[in-house]
Amino acid sequence: MSEARGPEAGSLLKVRSLTKYFGTFAACNGIDLSIGPGEIHALLGENGAGKSTLVKMLFGVLQPSEGRIFWDGRPVSIGSPGEARTLGIGMVFQHFSLFEALTVAENIALSLDPKIPLAKIAEEAESLSKAYGLPLDPHAHVADLSVGERQRIEIVRALLQNPKLIILDEPTSVLTPQEADKLFETLFKLKAEGRSVLYISHRLEEVQRICDRATVLRHGKVTGDCDPRQETPASLARMMVGSDVAGVHRDSTTDLGSALVQVQNLSVPARTPFSVTLKDIALEVRAGEVLAIAGVAGNGQGELFDALSGEYPVGNDEAIRLCSKAVGRTGINGRRLLGAGFVPEERHGHAAVSDMALSDNLLLSRSQSDRSLFLAGGLLSVIRHDAIRATARRICAAMDVRKSGDDPAAGSLSGGNLQKFIIGRELDRKPAVLVVNQPTWGVDAGAASRIRQALIDLARAGSAVIVISQDLDEIFEVATNIAVISEGRLSKPYPAGDLTLEKIGLLMGGIHDSTAHSGATAGGVHAH
Amino acid sequence: MIEAILLTIITAATPLVIAAMGELVTERAGVLNLGVEGMMIMGAVCAFAGAQLTGLPLVGLVAGIVGGALFSLLFGFLTLTLVTNQVATGLALTLLGLGLSGQLGEAFVGIPGVKLAPIVIPVLSDIPVVGPLLFRQDITFYLSIALVIGVNWFLFRSRTGLKLRAIGDNHGSAHALGISVIRTRYLAVMFGGACAGLAGAQLSLVYTPQWVENMSAGRGWIALALVVFASWRPWRVLAGGYIFGAVGILQLHAQAFGIGVPSQFLSMLPYAVTIVVLIIISHNRRTTLINTPACLGKPFVPDR
Repeated sequence: MSEARGPEAGSLLKVRSLTKYFGTFAACNGIDLSIGPGEIHALLGENGAGKSTLVKMLFGVLQPSEGRIFWDGRPVSIGSPGEARTLGIGMVFQHFSLFEALTVAENIALSLDPKIPLAKIAEEAESLSKAYGLPLDPHAHVADLSVGERQRIEIVRALLQNPKLIILDEPTSVLTPQEADKLFETLFKLKAEGRSVLYISHRLEEVQRICDRATVLRHGKVTGDCDPRQETPASLARMMVGSDVAGVHRDSTTDLGSALVQVQNLSVPARTPFSVTLKDIALEVRAGEVLAIAGVAGNGQGELFDALSGEYPVGNDEAIRLCSKAVGRTGINGRRLLGAGFVPEERHGHAAVSDMALSDNLLLSRSQSDRSLFLAGGLLSVIRHDAIRATARRICAAMDVRKSGDDPAAGSLSGGNLQKFIIGRELDRKPAVLVVNQPTWGVDAGAASRIRQALIDLARAGSAVIVISQDLDEIFEVATNIAVISEGRLSKPYPAGDLTLEKIGLLMGGIHDSTAHSGATAGGVHAH
Repeated sequence: MIEAILLTIITAATPLVIAAMGELVTERAGVLNLGVEGMMIMGAVCAFAGAQLTGLPLVGLVAGIVGGALFSLLFGFLTLTLVTNQVATGLALTLLGLGLSGQLGEAFVGIPGVKLAPIVIPVLSDIPVVGPLLFRQDITFYLSIALVIGVNWFLFRSRTGLKLRAIGDNHGSAHALGISVIRTRYLAVMFGGACAGLAGAQLSLVYTPQWVENMSAGRGWIALALVVFASWRPWRVLAGGYIFGAVGILQLHAQAFGIGVPSQFLSMLPYAVTIVVLIIISHNRRTTLINTPACLGKPFVPDR
């Protein structure tokens, strides 16, 4: 193929009909992409659209099945991450590829020339992190750092190799709005230095704010190549999803009933050195109310969920009351029997056993609460497969779970469909109280809107719902009241209408009420 | 008398320290090899055979190291390439080693062995008490101390050691960084095998210079336990090895003296004391967690 020199010469990275097959499934199918020098280029797409696969091919983690990659106009094959780095490609992963047991400097050293002494790396990392406004202590153990700090390590690590192109995979999903603003400043600094950035995100307003160009992927194919500033969030979303995303509807005035969840003086010491201590948590959720708990990851959300669900019962029985009964020392099944439902954060291995069929997963979580329905023969506890399968089918129909076969293994479903099933599994019981942690984490827009609607509908039907989430869009969509968790402390609840994005950001940073002043400008207007 | 006791303590502790140091490196790379006992006994029989056939105990020593390393290669192939379960494979390796060594060593039963001669270090060996104890030892003792210093330096000062620790902590991320997980683990497993083989050679060339079936007598298991209780720190392994060796020898003398404690309790003592001391050393849970290889025993299959 005789390539015209013109277009390739102008771009730093150019990708031509790149395709990756897993078996017969094409995760990426004929992708074309071109990134110019000094350009912040967005890669948009739902989960499963092929963004990660594409990026892994660019960084040499996966090998393309077909297609070519041009770097500085020359065709290259990127056999390993090491080769990608030699070319000048740096990568900041979504799930950090950090080593918890090692120090910051040691983590950075692993991706650098082994001849550079560790002390020098520590020194350089510190000065570089200061220069880009990302302060870091090179001798701290990663296990002791916050998620935001961990991301800084990744960025500094990528920068130390002086890359021409930096790939960022969903970098702001773990940051407060203020932290995200700092990151954007860093990105603009990089752009001013002539470096290019490939910015993967599903946050449309961010992409519109900072990106020069956007490539939109859907089902492994490019569905749009545009200047995001010329588009509206709706038009970008349409390219991502294919059809207009259904908006979430809720009544503005709902009458709240009696308090179904009451938490008082809930303090839980940290269970492991890496977990967060809960300090004097108090909250109340009434029938018909959705209480959303916002906060940056790792501020005690998981610990609060464990305490509320009874996965780890707390010492003080009176600290938690469900439906007016003290349940602090009651385990998860006891709380379920009172009419509560729980959906933990991790889909695989926590909310569901990946290798087991959907019906088995249904039985596992509801074997006690639906004993009479699912188990026969009294003490013998014979499993009634027909009843369980019928319920599983009902859940799949109610939540529009798309699957192959009648009763596939949970692990074979896409993230969004499995999450719909897991939430549907609880909703099917019509629980009086539902506690969910990160209900739409890593879920595509269609499934997310379905799940949010289901949560709102449940509250409207008279249940109390607690949604723990890091996604502010989600929180504003579903919440009646919003509380913010920070370093194991929960703020008082605010009516959702009274909170601005900026105020929430300050609360997330641990700054409460009166000290808040409008110094930092939070990210653009919220698209509701 | 005291000097003689101290000498036997050193001889008893040396194989434990050597074998544990090998297993420490293997486990720091994230591989749990429960076959130390089997590799040790294979090292012992190979060393004895090598020394018998050539008449040169040093050749025997090398044969022991090579035998242990080759035997561990079998474990490496099964667990790293074929991704079998590490626990089951390690147990099988021990059983195989015990059986195979008995078979190989049948001809050597009852034959007097060749003892590895001590290396006398000039000047230093003339220091009273300390000299004869520490500087008139055979090469395995010097190697055991060198191993502790070397492994400690390798793990915490060298870049290759850093990579090895990174693999043990998070093999997925290490792979993403372009570190060769499987190759490093093969080398770590073989280092563990070589050390276990050397420890076995010490048994059949120094400790009791002869071949007896099952002569490793559970020392491989002790070495395994030492690594865990020492929370994967080389110097703690050295301390643990010597505490175990010392209490083991002292309780034998106590039994010989016939003090009024049932011998069963005295036999228990080395295990109990070692565990208590090492638990006290590693009471800081945070340090222990940071030192524990998070990927220990987990299979690695690159998604390519």
